Amino acid sequence: MDFIWGLVQILGVHTIIGLSAYVILLTGQVSMAQAGFCAIGAYIAGMLTVLAEWHIIPGMLVGGLAAGALACVVGFPALRVKGLMFTVATLAFGEFVRLFWFNFDYQISRGGFEIGPLGGEGFRQIRFFPENGWSTLEVAIFVWVWVILIMAILWWMDRSRIGAVLRAVGEDELAAQSVGINLTAVKVTAFTIGGFIAGLGGGIYAHYTTHVEHLNFGVLLATFAIAYPILGGLRTVVGTLLAVLFIQGVLVEGLRFLGDLRNILFGAFIVLAMNLRPAGFIDARVTRALGRLFRAERGGA
Amino acid sequence: MSETLLKVSDVATAYGAIEALKGVSLSAADGEITCLLGPNGAGKTTLMMTIAGILKPRRGSITLRGEEVAGRAPRHIVERGIALVPENRLVFPDMTVEENLRAGAFSRDDAAEIGRDVEAMFTRFPRLRERSAQNAGTLSGGEQQMLAISRALMARPKLLLMDEPSLGLAPLIVEDIFRIIRELNAEGTTIFLVEQNAHMALRIANHFYLIEQGRVVFDGTPGEVEEEEIIKRAYLGTEV
Repeated sequence: MDFIWGLVQILGVHTIIGLSAYVILLTGQVSMAQAGFCAIGAYIAGMLTVLAEWHIIPGMLVGGLAAGALACVVGFPALRVKGLMFTVATLAFGEFVRLFWFNFDYQISRGGFEIGPLGGEGFRQIRFFPENGWSTLEVAIFVWVWVILIMAILWWMDRSRIGAVLRAVGEDELAAQSVGINLTAVKVTAFTIGGFIAGLGGGIYAHYTTHVEHLNFGVLLATFAIAYPILGGLRTVVGTLLAVLFIQGVLVEGLRFLGDLRNILFGAFIVLAMNLRPAGFIDARVTRALGRLFRAERGGA
Repeated sequence: MSETLLKVSDVATAYGAIEALKGVSLSAADGEITCLLGPNGAGKTTLMMTIAGILKPRRGSITLRGEEVAGRAPRHIVERGIALVPENRLVFPDMTVEENLRAGAFSRDDAAEIGRDVEAMFTRFPRLRERSAQNAGTLSGGEQQMLAISRALMARPKLLLMDEPSLGLAPLIVEDIFRIIRELNAEGTTIFLVEQNAHMALRIANHFYLIEQGRVVFDGTPGEVEEEEIIKRAYLGTEV
């Protein structure tokens, strides 16, 4: 059973990271910096629980806030460039963050052991969960409480005026300006929220793996982060969740029995999925059909 | 002569090193329809976007009823009462018609009044009501233009800027659009219009400006426009 709960944790964390990219994608920007924000959340939350012996929740929140604050600061210059240039700029920033942790040592002695991040060796013994006797199931529940909380907030946001403003910017920047939207403010806000959410995801990630190193936060994770919302569709946060289940649940874990063939099929399946559902798993037609279904049920009741 | 609503004085706007507006001065009188003519690349759209706050002028002043708005953020300008119907309509294609209308009221906070205004737009344009839940990208060109105009009206502007509303539309639809412009004007909205279709514009506008290479080269009443050789040749055809 522990394997299953372990997988459930992975799916949860990847959903959070996908949602962090979702918010930014709504404004039409593809950010490759989400793995970097995740790393900031992971290291800071880890240091707070291990070195400062905080509880995990304030640790995660501070990690998320730090990632969000950095996203805000980086967002102003980065969002002056558009489209592909923004993607390249965020990719460079993500790598900068990764290499920062690669070179970052901060160890203290406790009980004869050296603890804390140690550059290329990584940051070991982030043992908040085992030390406090959390079972794998309890950790999985903890992860999913965060997932559901974040999804619920974004679901509400999507349906509020904030969501409409973000989408307006994503659809047509000139039209958005002509209805009086300040592009920079909206994009930087989305980038900040995205950084904060990625930071929270990193905080959980560090604690359930108990060991993080710079390589965890490379281009692969950044690519996954944007792949989930793109594959899932930008109509609703549920799309991102479905894409995580498909990629991590089916393609990565479900096809393990295929051995090396899995790596080849992985790419093929992604290409196939994008061809079959070019606007994502949940596109306009699906949302309309679901909308009719719900209205019909309410009408019949 | 009625009061001046919009006054543009010596406005220069540049894209990098290229100066698209080289000191433009003009004005739009309250309650009138003012029309800007000019060839492609003359700076018509640049001027519209500068007035709307999307582009920042390098120098000059733009006042609305005496209040300086040059260089202010688009939000501020929309709140002051200037709304732009952009060139090529630019509706939000993946949003529904109703969401597009509500987007036009982003600068407002009065939810109940916004709902009433959406209803008023549907009454004015029944086609939009029929298609209220449809994505704006699926509308015809004429319907998109009506949506773009309604979206701008949702901000309750005193001054409506319209950048080539007849562009790419069938003649019958163009007639419709011009009828709407006249109606809006009769209801009290001041209109500042960019138009290539000088024949149509002559029938509705009170005052004309001709802009070439970033400068105003002529201004006058419809009667004066019809007497002006350059405009006759370039915009009305030589046989006039």
